[in-house]
Amino acid sequence: MNPNAKRSILLAFAGLVVLLYGFRLFYIQVVDDKYKLDARNQAFLYVTDYPPRGTIYDRNGKKLVHNQVAYDLMVVPRQMKGCDTANLCAILNITREEFNARLIKFSGSLSESAKDYRTYIFESQMLPELNARILERLYKFKGFYVQTRTVRKYTYPIAAHLLGYVGEVNQSLVDTSSYYRPGDYIGKSGIEKSYEEALRGIKGVQIKMRDVHNNIKGSFKNGAYDTASIKGQDLICTLDADLQLLGEKLMVNKRGGIAAIDPSTGEILALVTSPTYDPNILVGRDFSKNYQLLSEDTLGLPLINRASQSFYPPGSTFKLMDALIAQQEGVLDENTQYPCHSGFPLNHGMPGCHAHASPLAMDYAIAQSCNSYFSYVFKSIIDNKKYHGDTQAGFEAWRKYILSFGVGVRVGTDLPFDAKGSLPTQAHYDKVFGKHWHTMNVISLGIGQAELSLTPLQMCNVVCSIANRGYFYAPHVIRKIGNANPLEKWSLRHYTLVTNKQAYENVISGMANVMKEGTARASAIRGIDMCGKTGTAQNPHGDNHSVFVCFAPRINPKICVAVLVENGGQGAWWSAPIASLMVEQYLTGKVSGDDRNAIKKRMEEGNLIDIDPTIKKTNPAYW
Amino acid sequence: MREKSESIFYNVDWFIVVIYLLLIGMGWMNIYSAVYDPATSDVFDVSRLESKQMIFIGISIVLAFSIIIMDASFFTATAFFLYGGIVLLNIAVRFLGTDIRGSHSWFKVGSLSMQPAEFAKWATGLALAKYLSGVSKADVVNKLFIALGIIAVPVFVIVFIQNETGCALVFAAFIFVLYREGIIPGYILLAGIFAAVGAVIGIKYPGTVVFLAHNVEGKLIEPTKITSIEYNGRAIALWVGFLTIAGILRLLVVRRTFKQFFFTGVVISIFTGIFLIAPVVVEKLPDHMKGRIKCWLGLPVSRAIHDKYAYNTDQSMIAIGSGGWTGKGYLQGTQTKFRFVPEQETDFIFCTVGEEWGFAGTGFLIILYLVLIMRLIIMSERQRSDFTRIYGYAVAAIFFIHLVVNIGMTVGLLPVIGIPLPFFSYGGSSLISFTILLFIFVKLDSHRLLVLR
Repeated sequence: MNPNAKRSILLAFAGLVVLLYGFRLFYIQVVDDKYKLDARNQAFLYVTDYPPRGTIYDRNGKKLVHNQVAYDLMVVPRQMKGCDTANLCAILNITREEFNARLIKFSGSLSESAKDYRTYIFESQMLPELNARILERLYKFKGFYVQTRTVRKYTYPIAAHLLGYVGEVNQSLVDTSSYYRPGDYIGKSGIEKSYEEALRGIKGVQIKMRDVHNNIKGSFKNGAYDTASIKGQDLICTLDADLQLLGEKLMVNKRGGIAAIDPSTGEILALVTSPTYDPNILVGRDFSKNYQLLSEDTLGLPLINRASQSFYPPGSTFKLMDALIAQQEGVLDENTQYPCHSGFPLNHGMPGCHAHASPLAMDYAIAQSCNSYFSYVFKSIIDNKKYHGDTQAGFEAWRKYILSFGVGVRVGTDLPFDAKGSLPTQAHYDKVFGKHWHTMNVISLGIGQAELSLTPLQMCNVVCSIANRGYFYAPHVIRKIGNANPLEKWSLRHYTLVTNKQAYENVISGMANVMKEGTARASAIRGIDMCGKTGTAQNPHGDNHSVFVCFAPRINPKICVAVLVENGGQGAWWSAPIASLMVEQYLTGKVSGDDRNAIKKRMEEGNLIDIDPTIKKTNPAYW
Repeated sequence: MREKSESIFYNVDWFIVVIYLLLIGMGWMNIYSAVYDPATSDVFDVSRLESKQMIFIGISIVLAFSIIIMDASFFTATAFFLYGGIVLLNIAVRFLGTDIRGSHSWFKVGSLSMQPAEFAKWATGLALAKYLSGVSKADVVNKLFIALGIIAVPVFVIVFIQNETGCALVFAAFIFVLYREGIIPGYILLAGIFAAVGAVIGIKYPGTVVFLAHNVEGKLIEPTKITSIEYNGRAIALWVGFLTIAGILRLLVVRRTFKQFFFTGVVISIFTGIFLIAPVVVEKLPDHMKGRIKCWLGLPVSRAIHDKYAYNTDQSMIAIGSGGWTGKGYLQGTQTKFRFVPEQETDFIFCTVGEEWGFAGTGFLIILYLVLIMRLIIMSERQRSDFTRIYGYAVAAIFFIHLVVNIGMTVGLLPVIGIPLPFFSYGGSSLISFTILLFIFVKLDSHRLLVLR
């Protein structure tokens, strides 16, 4: 081979090799993004600047929920080489196995974790004291750093269910959401959940640069790409903290719920459920432990909001609706009289009744809560002559009226969960009794029993419709978000199908008499013109539930209250006194007089919770 | 003609000088960036690497100038003396030098250290040129053995006395010179390339080899058992089989002479032999070599081995790969600035180029090196003097192998072998040595019209 050819071969060989290297460089520098990502993950630390959640105030400007500082211990497994693990375990009070288990949970396996550049929360919501001990030795804990977070702080130990709690976002949401990242907090229930978007604020990010030893070397491009977090919007809640506090005190050691609504706006003034818990226990490191304790209490079910999620037969309080509907249908007026012979004469004395004058008119029947009278009234509604003896048509007409009061449907609150309650359908009875069922099959609906059930919130909402003489506003707990105007949908009137104003006045007159001379006269408040109705909800599982609904004052009502005390027996025993104390507190700002304070004390100390709810001690009663 | 040579720079190839100046200028900029720390960047301090490198550059330019004004015949006359002296120096360093990371290849004087192995490159080039240009062309076999001997002495010294295997690898460059001079035929070179490829495939996929050499039960041999006698027996049997079949085919199908059959057989047998034997050899290598080779080929290794040997390459590729089209900008490289890449101012200086200048920078740089090498080859071919031509090829080959090995290592194409990137890597010994290497040739070349021998 001549030298010229060899020269060419060598030149070509050098050129080829350099060309090959050029391709390689082009591939890793331009085509493959893997290295850019790796470089970013190594050299940049994306520090999320978590915004504080919005503060929640009560209707009088009292701070209900605000924020406190907590610290998350973060880890980048890839950078743990040389970490003083033993020391860290000692400080965190965990074993080496637990330590490794967490790494495996993050990255899949220990060997994977050695390559994992992602950031994880190793220990969340540490208190300042623990944080200080970690920070002292942080230089030894390679791969770890601390991030400041805010967690919730509750001024009063009240309204846990209504306010809700905040927790770490779950993985399925992280996977589907463009906003949430692992480790973010999110409202999990109550207002925190309903108003999550307003409360959470806007996250910021700081891009820091770090060297091979994980030392921070300042901001990337002097912070040109950093964004500041924006605090979540404050909420003005409609609750009255004092009223809520009183309600929770009164319900101590009882199961049940209270709903209090301002009928002129639909604003929920108090929503009490019992048993309850201090919302502060679901904050911080102890969340899981405490949450488990709460969820394991299967008898008390403290995580259930009985005021909006549990539904109960309304008992005699339902008679008010019968009276309204019958008057609207024209089958009842204030002078209509029916007999009572300690029971409903047309159905072999069932349902039974207590001793009182007979025959009697509507006003007295409401005051005395006569079962017979309202069985007649109910019968007159569904056996109305205009349906020509078609019981089913009458039932449907009755049902439509009931629905218009927000019973059997969601009343449209801003709570993340409010139950529909239960309003039986014609189809249901067709199934139970066959096609040709008659009035007597369903007669106990007339006195608020059988398949009928309402949440305390719905009971209260029915009273709002009566207090407003024909309409209600959707009950809600948030009046204002930040500086925005109140939401328009809260000022929408929902009219009931009972449009006869006189019908309301007649019923209200009966309710006033309940307080004056009727079943709840012991709970009357001096100087306050209060209208109420007792109920004793038959409970197939144990002692009757004590029910009471009321509003006050009679003219321009300011507050409606519904109280349900499980296994409390008659409405007048527990629920009426509790409701009257709530009314007094709200309208006068305090409970005054020795007699009233004695009632208050008796209510607070009353213990129904240690009674086995499945044992019946009282006889069925319907007033 | 002599009248015109009054200027000492007469006939100096300015093209190559400009490339040289470009490379050392760019090299210094990148060293500055590699050691750049925003906190202390504006202080001039002679103990800082970029300041030291600036001094080395000064020394190099003075040296280059000195070589240009020297008498060109000095190098032809003293080639063997320089070679012998530097080999002795390389032996002496074992006893008089300082241990740095297990290699015994550094002289330390104050804060400066010098690696005589670097100087052995051009000294060997000179000696080789001297020998090959002086003997008759007839006796090829003798020439081959003596030339290989000239190359082998410093290699032996550097590998076994100094424990600097990477540095010794550079001497493989002289194979190209021997090829050009007709001492090694082309197919040997080709066989060498095949052998290398065969070795890589053999190491990367020992399973396939084992499969080819599968045992009678048809079961695969565990890759871990490839050092076993059984495997090796099969491998050798397979090799012989290959050889025989190839030879017979060559004889029967295309009728050629016995010599051609012999050489074809040699090529094929080297290829298959290395293919089969390489995985066995790798298992027997010292741990650090084994680790590097396995990591390079992505073979399963323990976490500790991966951290130890793949870390450099991982970080180097991240730095280069994150550069994109045009890089992150001078002094803006995060991987460089925050010291993710080890040895980034010396062996891994190319990472700084890749990260801060992007593909535009790396592309430009490798083309610049290619131009340098091609220019050297073209210059070599224009010589009337055999000595100058042979030395010129040696220079080109040395630059070429440095380029290939160093950049190949930083982009993961080759295992980590610690040799510098000429004119870019920090270090006085290498910069001065490369300058001497290049400028001896520039000087010799400037006499191309005057010298006939």
